[in-house]
Amino acid sequence: MGGWAIAVHGGAGVDPNLPLHRQEEAKQLLTRCLNLGISALNSNLPAIDVVELIVRELETDPLFNSGRGSALTEKGTVEMEASIMDGPKRRCGAVSGLTTVKNPISLARLVMEKSPHSYLAFSGAEDFARQQGVEVVDNEYFITPENVGMLKLAKEANAILFDYRIPNGCETTCGANVESPLHMNGLPISVYAPETVGCVVVDREGRCAAATSTGGLMNKMAGRIGDSPLIGSGTYACDLCGVSCTGEGEAIIRATLAREVAAVMEYKGLGLQEAVDFCIKTRLDDGKAGLIAVSKNGEVAYGFNCNGMFRGCATENGFMEVGIWE
Amino acid sequence: MGWAIAVHGGAGDISRSLPHDRRQPREEAIRHCLQIGVEALQSNSPPLDVVELVVRELENIPHFNAGRGSVLTSEGTVEMEASIMDGNTMRCGAVSGLTTVVNAVSLARLVMEKTPHIYLAFDGAEQFAREQGVEIVDSSHFITPENVERLKLAKEANRVQIDYNAQPIQNDTKKEKPCANGDSQIGTVGCVAVDSNGNLASATSTGGLVNKMAGRIGDTPVIGAGTYANELCAVSATGKGESIIRGTVARDVAALMEFKGLSLKEAADCVVHERTPKGTVGLIAVSAAGEVVMSFNTTGMFRGCATEDGYSEVAIWSDAQVE
Repeated sequence: MGGWAIAVHGGAGVDPNLPLHRQEEAKQLLTRCLNLGISALNSNLPAIDVVELIVRELETDPLFNSGRGSALTEKGTVEMEASIMDGPKRRCGAVSGLTTVKNPISLARLVMEKSPHSYLAFSGAEDFARQQGVEVVDNEYFITPENVGMLKLAKEANAILFDYRIPNGCETTCGANVESPLHMNGLPISVYAPETVGCVVVDREGRCAAATSTGGLMNKMAGRIGDSPLIGSGTYACDLCGVSCTGEGEAIIRATLAREVAAVMEYKGLGLQEAVDFCIKTRLDDGKAGLIAVSKNGEVAYGFNCNGMFRGCATENGFMEVGIWE
Repeated sequence: MGWAIAVHGGAGDISRSLPHDRRQPREEAIRHCLQIGVEALQSNSPPLDVVELVVRELENIPHFNAGRGSVLTSEGTVEMEASIMDGNTMRCGAVSGLTTVVNAVSLARLVMEKTPHIYLAFDGAEQFAREQGVEIVDSSHFITPENVERLKLAKEANRVQIDYNAQPIQNDTKKEKPCANGDSQIGTVGCVAVDSNGNLASATSTGGLVNKMAGRIGDTPVIGAGTYANELCAVSATGKGESIIRGTVARDVAALMEFKGLSLKEAADCVVHERTPKGTVGLIAVSAAGEVVMSFNTTGMFRGCATEDGYSEVAIWSDAQVE
């Protein structure tokens, strides 16, 4: 076996004008999460426990788009979703539409372990949370002033985008300042909030696991489900590898991206990095996304075809890296 | 080459001693829906329209677990879900947690075509339905007496299970509870179609698992699990949702064809017989070349298929009856 390996991400698609102090904050959080994971792995905590632990940390910190700090729906509320998968038997759990559960990833794990199902959503999931006694808070807890501001900008950007499409030459009325060449999910990159957090781990026993959590797309319709809770799209783990994706949900779902990495490894015999590169280069068409992955042999890899991805990775032989840009 | 279509009304532990009055209406319904699809393909309807049309018809028929006739949640309510996918563009749409929408598959298509999203659920989906003006009814419309009975039996079975664990009963016949209709595990309806130009589409719809927890989502609306279509094939799966999700069943058929060069039949058989536990999965699939396959590892699967060269079949168990 190749020892343990871990990767974390805080979302793909980053504003190139992101202020330096924000970039620093992000790198510090990623580093802190990696260190947490590294100690856990050095104490032989199983992969499934490590991914949950790290994603809980990311959900609790308001910096990224999950748990507290989640992007807001068009109604200004928070609806969170998450999924987790344990490679050895491909057990999985997922949740969507959470409004009061402090740590969605832990509820996803409980769905996997304490319910006869794989996926629970909305009020059914909230009821299950109460039955299980997980920590619940008011929806306001998850809402940050920053995201309230972002929602307002997103609504304005959508309005401008809509105006821009009227074929009467309304260019003069379009706020040229908001006209950024970079868009993701239909929003200018300055307004788009990278969608997700995730963690993939292979432990010393060669067991892989993956977990992904998000507040979803800024200004999304109430009830919108993205790729993060969908097994095979946002999250996947099997005997060979663990994968967590982030970016444009539609592109990730159409590509069944997380499963794709594992499928080309299994059916085409590609190595981890080859598989990641293959999927990012050929499976996304016009879609923008990124992913992190580990293999049972202790390798770690990541790839993205958009402008930056908040990420960090480490392996047992001492390699460690945190980054945002190419 | 030529068009091909397949339809299913659910895979599961369908007893061979299913009474005639429970069997015949379903066979007839499959035959009827297949015919609708065939006529649409013969009039050059795009496969995406064909699968929607056929699944709408299946949803409206109360004998299957979708739309009217959906199984009930543990609370005695109906929560319906569906998805649809277009092979050429790989655009897709999905819905879950519907309680008043008459045709879930059509709402899934509207999500695909009229929103920037792929998947809407519960209140948000119901609200979207009203904005789109689709047909909605009181949720009692979907509830049939058979399903009320199924729920009752399922709850009793759970109670028997608990009793059995508490006091060892040497009575094995208690476990073999006589299913009132021998098909309490029936899940899902679906349709896959390909036209003579190799355009593919798939759609699946369901009420889910009998006695499921409220809010439970199965494989049906999960793209890659219950439904998938690309340029190679279109697949619709049925059976135990949790196994289909874990096995990314619909996607895997296509992946085996693409990455291992398997034929449609080899890929379907591999997924069903080698990669998923026995008794959990069935699927229908068509390829761009006009082939069709219907494969299952359960006792039976209500199904039918037809191809342009005149072949057609409607069957339940594994000895096919050629029509």
